[in-house]
Order: sequence, then structure tokens, then C-alpha cells
Amino acid sequence: MITTDILIIGAGPTGLFTVFEAGLLKLKCHIIDALPQQGGQLAELYPKKPIFDIPGFPSVLAGDLVTNLMEQIKQFQPGFTLNEKAETIQKLEDGTFIVTTNKGTEHHAKAVAIAGGLGSFEPRKPLIEDIAFYEDKGVEYFVKDPELFRDKRIVIAGGGDSALDWSIFLADVASHVTLVHRRNEFRGALDSVEKVQELKKAGKIHLVTPAEVTGIRGAERVEALDLEIDGAHSSIETDYFIPLFGLTPKLGAIANWGLEIEKNAIKVNNALDYQTNIEGIYAIGDINTYPGKLKLILCGFHEATLMCQSVFNKLNPGKKYVLKYTTVSGIDGFDGTRKEAEKQVVKSIE
Amino acid sequence: MDITIKITDREGIVHEVQAPTDMAMNVMELCRSYELAPEGTIGVCGGMAMCASCQCYVLNDVALPEMGQDEDAMLAEAFYVKSNSRLGCQIPITVELDGLELELAPE
Repeated sequence: MITTDILIIGAGPTGLFTVFEAGLLKLKCHIIDALPQQGGQLAELYPKKPIFDIPGFPSVLAGDLVTNLMEQIKQFQPGFTLNEKAETIQKLEDGTFIVTTNKGTEHHAKAVAIAGGLGSFEPRKPLIEDIAFYEDKGVEYFVKDPELFRDKRIVIAGGGDSALDWSIFLADVASHVTLVHRRNEFRGALDSVEKVQELKKAGKIHLVTPAEVTGIRGAERVEALDLEIDGAHSSIETDYFIPLFGLTPKLGAIANWGLEIEKNAIKVNNALDYQTNIEGIYAIGDINTYPGKLKLILCGFHEATLMCQSVFNKLNPGKKYVLKYTTVSGIDGFDGTRKEAEKQVVKSIE
Repeated sequence: MDITIKITDREGIVHEVQAPTDMAMNVMELCRSYELAPEGTIGVCGGMAMCASCQCYVLNDVALPEMGQDEDAMLAEAFYVKSNSRLGCQIPITVELDGLELELAPE
């Protein structure tokens, strides 16, 4: 069982910055995220796009903001449970929580901060009849373990970066890689498109365009796919079908936690501390709603800061504390490091 | 000045809405401002032509800005695409759009 002071759900910018504000108050954090990497939308959707409204940064690439946040929170040694979704929550008699993921990882925390953005990212599933029947029986929406495809025949569908990147990677793993896309043009990074072109010439990737997978066949698992290639019907035998049509956010299991939901967002007490209707569970960043709510990263940072102060006060009732300024007090990391401003030079002039 | 746009939501209800031409808005943002689709189901990527959650069908003959490469490529990966599909986030609201009729594509 993983134990922590604040369990954060969502490793986007708001979730990451929470670690910093909590760290200043000597509270330890652990973060759960459905994606395999930190950064949430910024890393998954638009890492190379600039953001212009982060105070103090006239322009910062989304990916760089994530890197900077990771650097900023490093000394507070956050724990991460990545590639797992928070599934259930149980409130114990002492007011603490146990949150369990879809893979069964248990987390025990004194407070829970939901910083899940628009929700956890789930694959967009193509509109193919019976596709649900074949899930985990040859249909895979993510490449979690490339070894699953070792020496197998695979068909990847999609026209973006993940379809290209996985085709390239699996060309050396699978026995046969077919990439199917509705157009002849792909919208991935230029070097990925060129690499696929090379592998196609080398006979390592079989490119089928403009085409679409229209059906799946097989008694117990995927055996073949129906294709429509430039209007003509055909089929291809395969062991695996990997549709990669991007991700879409869903509130998911959190919607069943008994929280007050309004317009796909969690209602919070914004006059005080962004707590939800359940004491000890907070919602910060894009996932919450209150009168006047703005879905901005900078608002998420503010909400995280106020929430951490509230958690500290609840966990340490009556304890005297005044807000510290990092320039004055410096930062003491949990890893033993200390950052502080240089001392002023006091010297007489002869 | 404001223009009038007719938008059929995903439930089939037709809304005739007034759209400002001086607020640098696009069709996706217009739908959000009138709450024609639940939050989180439209404009998911914020308007970068990266998610197709604002896909709509153009129902009448109003001259629209030409489709850019980003939009074209995204529609090549979206579902429920028809020959009159566009991404709302890539259509800025201008006076030329007065009288436009749209239908939101399924989620």
C-alpha cells in the first residue's frame, strides 16, 4: 500500500504544481495518472505548441512547462502511479481515504485532490460492428507491451503520430506490419512520415491507403479484417488490430464517487478551499466548477495553492503557521537539499 | 455587429443564435458560449484542430473559409465524417457567415 499525505489524481500542470505548494507545508504527495507520462493534456495533445498566458513566460512550449514543473517539484520527491486509473475510493472512519486503481494498486491518503483536467484519456474507438467483442482478443487500443506483438501479424489504423510511431517501432518486432489510413497523407511529424516511407520501400511496412477497416472476423479472436480500399472491398489476415485514432477524455469512475457533478465537472466550494461535497476530497484545475470558473492553467495553480493551505490546517488543527515567501525562507526539499536566496553582502566602503 | 447562425444540436434541436463578429470567436466557441453541447464534449483540444469534437455539417450554401491542412488531416481521422463536414474551431465568425446553418456531428 502506498501512503501519502495528499493523493493527487491527474499529473497535469495543476496536479504537478500541487506537489510544490504541499511541499512548502511539509506535506508529501503521490500522483495517479491514466497516461504513461506526466503532463496531462500538455504532454499528450500539444507538447510542441506555445502557451502565452503563463505569468512570467511570454511564451513557453507546453512540453517545456511540464519539464519545468517536474524540475520545480523534484526536491519534494513526489511518487507516481502512472498508466493506471483511479477506480474506487473508500473513506475510512478516521477520515482518511483508500483509493484503488484499475490495476489494484492501493493508495492510503489523508486528503485527495482531483486534478483530472477533462477526465482520464480513453481511446477513441472506431465504429466497427462487434469491436467490443474482440477487445483483448486481438484488438488493442494501446501498445502497452510491444512483446505481445513479437513475430505476430499486426494491422495498425490511423493517420497521426501514434499510428506512425508504433508502425515504425513494431516493424522490428512484429512479423508483418500493415498500416491502414483513410488518406494517402499523414499528419505526423515529418521525420516519422519519412521513416515510414523508408520502411515501406524496404518492405518492412505494408501501407494500405486510402483505405478503412470496416469489419473484424474471427470465431474466438481476431483472425481477419475487412478493408475498403479506394472503394473496393478486400480482407487481410492478421493476429492483431491496433486502431490508433487518438484519445478522448472521460470523467470515468470518478463520476461514481458520490461527488456533486455539474456540466461534466465537480462542484466545489470556491469561497474557501475548493473542497467537494465530501470532506477531504478536493477538486482543482479544469475538472472543477464554481460560479465564475475559468479553465486556465494559472487558475489551477491558484486553486492548488489555496487547497494545500486548507489541507495543512485540517491535518494540523490549532498549529500556528504563517504564509512563507520562498525568497525569504528558501525551500527545504524532502531529499535533504536546500534552495535559498544568496545572502546580502554587507561591506563598508573605505 | 452580430450575425445570425442556425445550429442543430446533437439532440436535433435547432437554435438560432446571435454571434458577435468582433470577439475573435469561432463556431466551436460560439456553441460553447450558448452551451449547445455539454462541456467536455466539444472543443476538447481548445481549438487546435486536434480532436474533431467540434465537427459539424454545413447545411446551406454560405461561403466558408477554405479548409486548412490541419483541419483536412484531422477530418481524415474523425468518425461520422461526411462530404460537408467541417471543424467548428477552424471557422472564424465573420459577417460573411450571416445565415449559416450547421448541425453538430455526433460525439
